[in-house]
Amino acid sequence: MINLELPKRIEDTRALLRQFSSGGLRPISRKYDLLEPKDTPQELYELSKLLGGGRNRGDTAGEGGSGNRNGNNMSMVVSSAEICWGDVGLFLALPTVGLGNAAVNAVASQQQKDEWGDLYAAMAITEPGAGSDSAAIRTTAVLDGDEWVINGEKIFVTAGYRSKQVVVWASLDLSLGKAAIKSFLVPKGTPGMTVTRVEHKLGIRASDTAQIVFDNCRVPRANLLGNPEIARTADARKKAFGGVMQTFDNTRPMVAAQALGVARAALDLTYELLADKGVALDYEKSYFQMSAVENDLYDLEAEYETARLLVLKAAWMADNRQPNSSNASMSKAKAGRMGNQVALKCVEICGQLGYSKAHLLEKFARDSKIIDIYEGTQQIQQLIIARQVLGKSSSELK
Amino acid sequence: MSSTDLLFDLTPTEEQQMSREVVRRFAREEMAVAARAADEAGALPAGFLRKTVDLGLNFMPVPEALGGVGAGRSPVSNVLTIEDLACGDMSMAIAALAPLSVINCVMDYGTDGQKEIVSQALATAEFTPAAMALMEPGIGFDARRLNTRAVLQEDGSYLLNGAKSMVAFGPEARLLLVFADTGEGVTQGFLVSRDTAGIAFEQEDYMGLRPLPLYAMTLRDVTLPASARLTAAFDLKRMVSLGKIATAALAVGTCQAVLDYVVPYVNERIAFGEPIANRQAVAFMVADIATELEGLRLMVYRAAAQAERGLDCTRIAFLAHRNAIKYGMRIGTDGVQLLGGHGFTREHPVELWYRNLRALASLDGMLLA
Repeated sequence: MINLELPKRIEDTRALLRQFSSGGLRPISRKYDLLEPKDTPQELYELSKLLGGGRNRGDTAGEGGSGNRNGNNMSMVVSSAEICWGDVGLFLALPTVGLGNAAVNAVASQQQKDEWGDLYAAMAITEPGAGSDSAAIRTTAVLDGDEWVINGEKIFVTAGYRSKQVVVWASLDLSLGKAAIKSFLVPKGTPGMTVTRVEHKLGIRASDTAQIVFDNCRVPRANLLGNPEIARTADARKKAFGGVMQTFDNTRPMVAAQALGVARAALDLTYELLADKGVALDYEKSYFQMSAVENDLYDLEAEYETARLLVLKAAWMADNRQPNSSNASMSKAKAGRMGNQVALKCVEICGQLGYSKAHLLEKFARDSKIIDIYEGTQQIQQLIIARQVLGKSSSELK
Repeated sequence: MSSTDLLFDLTPTEEQQMSREVVRRFAREEMAVAARAADEAGALPAGFLRKTVDLGLNFMPVPEALGGVGAGRSPVSNVLTIEDLACGDMSMAIAALAPLSVINCVMDYGTDGQKEIVSQALATAEFTPAAMALMEPGIGFDARRLNTRAVLQEDGSYLLNGAKSMVAFGPEARLLLVFADTGEGVTQGFLVSRDTAGIAFEQEDYMGLRPLPLYAMTLRDVTLPASARLTAAFDLKRMVSLGKIATAALAVGTCQAVLDYVVPYVNERIAFGEPIANRQAVAFMVADIATELEGLRLMVYRAAAQAERGLDCTRIAFLAHRNAIKYGMRIGTDGVQLLGGHGFTREHPVELWYRNLRALASLDGMLLA
């Protein structure tokens, strides 16, 4: 039965997380935006304990055994949005939820997990010469005895400085293209892996973004995550990399959810700042009754709600094991551009006050930009959607 | 299980899925293929309205005691039907569904007597024209501030004066739901039979929706008994929202037709030695059409599902309607653009959809979800 409201369990969690965001994150939001620290903000160690298991509980199955599920994907997008309502930079800086954790958890044995200890794994994919075209990475891993020897340079590694481990993408054989790309877990302190730089950024400054150089960095053979074989046929190779890229079908709605949080935060703060300006959205006004500012705000609300539903749909499909590649990209494309558009417009509407560092609106506008870039830029999402809708291969529609 | 425990779900019920199959086939076989000729003729295809009766739509919300199916009011089922019919042709969809909107409104807010009248007249084996008359001529229409007046007389009857616009079927309509201001900005609806004295019609001419017979209606000292008035339960806010949802659903269906048409076209059209779809400038337009259409569809479903559950749907209906006007028209104009000069000719349906989609901003209260 068609229903697009959240179930009570998820709605309750969301309400709790709103308290966490407003009481825990907002008070330190500006502080870490100004500091742009390399290390994890101290307060986050205590705060992240509050999150506990609340962010990742089990599925809720449909009534009457209908099989419909509102599971982890749905919970995660709602939770992520709510924490990002507090601060998207601090959300990214939460220790213990590194982007690489999922990749490790998916394939690591219990013995490996025990050996590697508490997981806080960064994901190192992008290189100076390979961004959106992740198949073009040049970092290599060569087997030498019982160890992989990794060489190369990675940039834009979120939490690369603070994390306890790094999941790095490297090629086993550059001549075999993307099928030869595998991921490896490298614990911090491994000789040959050096954080060489931490970026200074437009936004999400509470989160560190690192450059990492691998210079004959050796890890045990078992640290290759997943299957070490390189597919033999061209077809199988395509499939193998497709499997790697499929992990993004689950992560894109999560990142899209960040834009929902920032946009909602910007709108809510805008209404606060406009409190004495006689702006009233009653959702009944005719076009001829509304002021220009109200007209803009209705527009932003419409964009926000649309993006939110696209994110929820993509997550719902993932929960229900439906192929969601194009929906995941739609959610990221729409939410990415929406979040940026909304936050920037809110600054414009609030004029001097919006632009001032006296409030967080200008910060939301800076933070919002990256969400339309990382985890696949706006244009990459459009490309993925277009290929699916038009039935084009990547060689036809480049 | 209480309604708050309902899960997020995008799966239509089995009944809805079965109904969609029938409606979609009808839209393909009876509507899409006839749309161009109907547009040129400025008239519905002969026998079209009669065929819509076989879809059984008008019987669904009518109680069994009154000769209906008794399925209850379902805004969700309605938007699925509106979407699927509009994918065939927007004009024909509105014509086919106008009587159902009268039924829906009377089932929501009518007296027992009105329910009986409407059921007997409209839930029949023959198609009986009927329509809502909310819209008024001019610029800046607002359902909360109507210019048509209904003045309560000493004997309990009402005297109506004013003008309506975009009234489907006009003089052919057996029943009309006319909305008027009963004083101090209170809008109320009146069930009016076409043979009531003081009503006159004049056919209107629009940019699009050309097969749909639309009329200007004047009411001059029209006297109606108190029994013509909808009950005190009449909820203008909710009715306007249901109207916005229905209009947005028309946009979804029409935009789906645009997408379904441009995809094969840009894949087959060759320029500079390869399909134009191989160019990002073209492909990204298609990607955005698909994305915004999907977003709009979800907004419509959400508002309809809220209405069905008795939740306040005002906000989402309002936002869905705004985006339907904005993105519906954008998709309409991009549809023409993607075909270039060919899109501008009457050889292709995109210019027809372009003209029809512009109507979205002026269809208030024509259909109800």
